[in-house]
Amino acid sequence: MRWDVVATAFPALLSAVPMTLQLAFIAVAAGFFLAVLLAVARLSGIRGLSGLAYAYVYVIRGTPLLLQIFFIYYGAGQFDAVRASPFWPILREAYWCALLALSLNTAAYGSEIIRGGLMSVPKGQIEAARAFGLSGMRLFRLIVFPQALRVMLPAYGNELILLLKATSLASTITIIDVTGMARTLASQTYAPVEVFVCAGVIYLALTTLSTLAVQSVEGRLRRRGGLALQG
Amino acid sequence: MTHPLPRPVDGAGAALPTIETRDLRKNFGAVEVLKSVSFRACEHQVVSIIGASGSGKSTFLRCLNFLEQPSGGEIRFKGESLHIDGAKGGARQRDIERLRRRTGMVFQQFNLWSHWTVLENVAKVPMHVHGVSKGLAEKRAIELLAKVGLAGKKDAYPSALSGGQQQRVAIARALAVDPELLLFDEPTSALDPELVGEVLTVIRSLAMEGRTMIVVTHEMGFAREVSDKVVFFHNGRIEEEGAPGEILKRPQSPRLGTFLSSTR
Repeated sequence: MRWDVVATAFPALLSAVPMTLQLAFIAVAAGFFLAVLLAVARLSGIRGLSGLAYAYVYVIRGTPLLLQIFFIYYGAGQFDAVRASPFWPILREAYWCALLALSLNTAAYGSEIIRGGLMSVPKGQIEAARAFGLSGMRLFRLIVFPQALRVMLPAYGNELILLLKATSLASTITIIDVTGMARTLASQTYAPVEVFVCAGVIYLALTTLSTLAVQSVEGRLRRRGGLALQG
Repeated sequence: MTHPLPRPVDGAGAALPTIETRDLRKNFGAVEVLKSVSFRACEHQVVSIIGASGSGKSTFLRCLNFLEQPSGGEIRFKGESLHIDGAKGGARQRDIERLRRRTGMVFQQFNLWSHWTVLENVAKVPMHVHGVSKGLAEKRAIELLAKVGLAGKKDAYPSALSGGQQQRVAIARALAVDPELLLFDEPTSALDPELVGEVLTVIRSLAMEGRTMIVVTHEMGFAREVSDKVVFFHNGRIEEEGAPGEILKRPQSPRLGTFLSSTR
């Protein structure tokens, strides 16, 4: 073990942590928003809409994330329409391509988690809300969503951790995240074991912190009246 | 509203009908669950609906506030007609919601909102549906919880309460909207026998206040003692109706006779 490499690599890797966190958290947030729309579309009962949402989830879940990243980063520029569009300045940047691919990907998985959460809300409680004149967005916001949230939180926490690790694939399209930095350092120092062990330790720390954060939110929800499961 | 008001029986006095149905029908696919039900509940009246399971009594109650969409017929609420067009799937949504805002409902399975405290369960509907301020809604909620004997539980969550307590909260929730009509769908059927009494006591006190109520029930003692009118459902029709003292003692139809002897 070359400790001198560890001593220089570790701070350099830490400097790339903000990029990894940015990719993960922005993608989870944007993906969550899209996932809610997809889940609502799936459950809408409108055949065309729910079919479209299902097709999206089917394709995204059935293909590798790396392929999706390559498709957006290398593939989009092939189309004149894309190059001519106002989105080109964004799609030209590896950072935005990575973020887009990660968001679109996590949205597909997230939508299934949210769908499960929405379906777990007891029918009787929705019916009671209707009987008292609640409907539409208000019913969703006040009754359905808060209850779905606590059912889906553990699974969504898991998705956050998977995504945190999946951000490492962004390094393949020139992003200098923790993995990207590690690859650079490994080729500079010829000490891949030291560098990648350091990177692994950093990922482990990040996922541990995320797990603890999710658990603390879960704990807070549980103190607020137990989980939504009711007899 | 704590002193008993005179409670008219059908046809007596000038009591206005709170809710009426004419020729109300409901099909689930090819199955006719309700076949031309004409029914009336007047102001300050307590009407009990009895009948075997599958007789259509719960479906009928749920049609009254459109939790089930009737397939045909007419519902009049406070003189306003809600026409039902089976082809278009029930009445207009706006009319349905107006009706729902003016009624309160109590369910067999309580259906309290499990992510809210007892106080929130009672106060939130007035706040979000009726535009009552939070302070006022909570003050009123605490009064109503005291009335059902649960003021001390205001910060508890439903999962921490017994069935009887949950049902009493559900009654407070229904009262919080100051309803012109209260619907009870088998309010004691899901309760352990020792908890039935506390819930019936609360419902009885509401009857004494002169609230207009329709109660689907299996509790014959309660129906006999509290109601102004008892309606017996059989096979999706009203088979017999009248004052409890008469129809429960001297049933005209043999089916009611059989039903009463089987529930004894």
